[in-house]
Amino acid sequence: MPVKKETLLEMYWTMLLSRRLDERAWVLHRQGKIAFHISGIGHEATQVGAMFALHRGVDWIAPYYRDLAMLLALGLTPREFALGLMGKKGEPMSGARQMPSHWSLRRANVVSHSSPVATQTCHASGIGLGIKMRGDSAVVLTSLGEGSTSQGEWYEGVNWAAIHRLPVIFLVENNVYAISVRQEKQMAVENVVDKAAGLGLPGVMVDGVAILEVHAAVEAAATRARKGEGPTLIEAKVERMTPHSSDDDDRTYRPREEVEALKQRDPLPIFRAYLVEKKILSEAQDKEFQGRAKEEVEDAVRFATDAPYPEVETAAYPVYAEDVRRG
Amino acid sequence: MAEITLIEGVRQALDEELARDEKVFLMGEDVGPRGGVFRATLGLFEKYGAERILDTPLAELSIAGVGIGAALYGMRPICEIQFADFIHPAFNQIVNEAAKMCYRSNGEWTVPMVIRAPYGGGIGGGLYHSQSVESFFAHVPGLKVVIPSNPYDAKGLLKSAIRDPNPVMFFEPKKGYRLIKGEVPEGEEILVPLGVAKVSRPGKDLTVIAYGMMHHYCLQAAEAVSAEGIDVELVDVRTLLPIDRTTLIQSVRKTGKALIVYEDNRTLGYGAEIAAILAEECFADLDAPIRRVTGPDVPAMPYSHPMQDWFLPDAEKIAAGMRELAAY
Repeated sequence: MPVKKETLLEMYWTMLLSRRLDERAWVLHRQGKIAFHISGIGHEATQVGAMFALHRGVDWIAPYYRDLAMLLALGLTPREFALGLMGKKGEPMSGARQMPSHWSLRRANVVSHSSPVATQTCHASGIGLGIKMRGDSAVVLTSLGEGSTSQGEWYEGVNWAAIHRLPVIFLVENNVYAISVRQEKQMAVENVVDKAAGLGLPGVMVDGVAILEVHAAVEAAATRARKGEGPTLIEAKVERMTPHSSDDDDRTYRPREEVEALKQRDPLPIFRAYLVEKKILSEAQDKEFQGRAKEEVEDAVRFATDAPYPEVETAAYPVYAEDVRRG
Repeated sequence: MAEITLIEGVRQALDEELARDEKVFLMGEDVGPRGGVFRATLGLFEKYGAERILDTPLAELSIAGVGIGAALYGMRPICEIQFADFIHPAFNQIVNEAAKMCYRSNGEWTVPMVIRAPYGGGIGGGLYHSQSVESFFAHVPGLKVVIPSNPYDAKGLLKSAIRDPNPVMFFEPKKGYRLIKGEVPEGEEILVPLGVAKVSRPGKDLTVIAYGMMHHYCLQAAEAVSAEGIDVELVDVRTLLPIDRTTLIQSVRKTGKALIVYEDNRTLGYGAEIAAILAEECFADLDAPIRRVTGPDVPAMPYSHPMQDWFLPDAEKIAAGMRELAAY
């Protein structure tokens, strides 16, 4: 289905907001105001395209740490993200227990994930099993990087979904690098989708910089899943335009010319140019978006800076479901 | 009142909870038409169908991981790991995911799931069908760890575990599956609360603390030494995490002597924590050092019968420990 103009603008806005927040987080780290940031710069088109192809709030999401734009598309606010960066009270993902960008958002069916990679693949298949057992119409999307597909967890989780034809979309955001290790040292196959045949599910490769290509692929996979036809593996080729995290320095393993060339594959100007060319976005409108993004980011940073830390005593809870204390 | 085996207690609990709550389902290797390699799920496939009694791929980490996902969605999975020895590939999912889910999401997400696994030796199972793994998991806040020692508790504790809103590790003494029999009333709901130990044999001379198969042998040993005038009080731990400190402390304060028995390797076995609790809480009440009867510190249990017997604590070795401590 063609995407409506208003929706395209909303998608662009979400990408833009994610980019500005992400950039601001790098600055906060360099200023010594936060302990850690892990970046999604370069992945925004894939994440936003995928989310706008789902029934947000109805479908389930098992994401990974690079998915800031995905979470914003699902309703995470800049203020909430900033609370997470600073470990402040009211952070909705973990109550400031987890490192930044370790997502969870119950109100949007986003399940909590950890730092060990690919564990969420099995959770997604379990959610898919639950959906199938209850006869519900939801689908579940889980995301991860190409390096994470080396984990046994990934193979086992995908295998389950394929055997039981579960309504799961496995979205691999392939940026070629797992911290410093290139894809050639992760797998002998050329593409992650080449693994799909061995696991018995369709594999679809898309250009992850082309937001509408991602949108169409996820929409088709969701339709398939809702019809009971089973899971799909989608590989989106994206670029990691920054080091792995605030603690990484990619100069030791990534040639500068390669990093420079990535600018040609930056999804944000590519999508902006498309919208301008199609006369969906005017220069004036873009300027307004840029101004609003800056305001929202600064508001979020101010809000989180002024917010209190959690009371230390709350670190003792909740170990068990019985001692969940809200407030 | 009918006399049933420990494994029949397990089977009845599964059957009753499957009938009670349609969100409950079983998954594991060979749990379907085969009824489980020990027959704990016998007849359940025929009764509840392939949708609720799932034969899984031969891959333990995904048995746990898929179970976690289903629990997040609101289901009540009961996962069977065929032997506790095979649980190690699932360690990451159990320890990093299930156990930490509630805490790391500040209570937004919980994992109501049971993982059952037969544990322990004495059946000629060698290194990889004999292990005791309870200490690995009892070290992890967020999990509950339960081990029954008799058919009544097997049924009542498992039913409570299935209704519990947390991930519960339920380890079953496989040697006792058919060896340990007991009276279990028919036609009534049996729920044994988690987190409560039980004084299974009152006595005044010394306290003996055990769980699972070792509890069974402790009962036999206590009977043997009672003929010699040694009056043993036996405490069945039942829930290892969270532990019922009160029952343990009260008993040792009364008797002034504590013998802890476990089948696992001696070093950092579960009884080491019990000894630490008693040392902290009962120092002034103790008339003798805290003593242990345990498995040895070798990597695992050998297959050959005499070597297996060398590894395992039994009624005779436990009785010797009781006599020694009583005489102190």
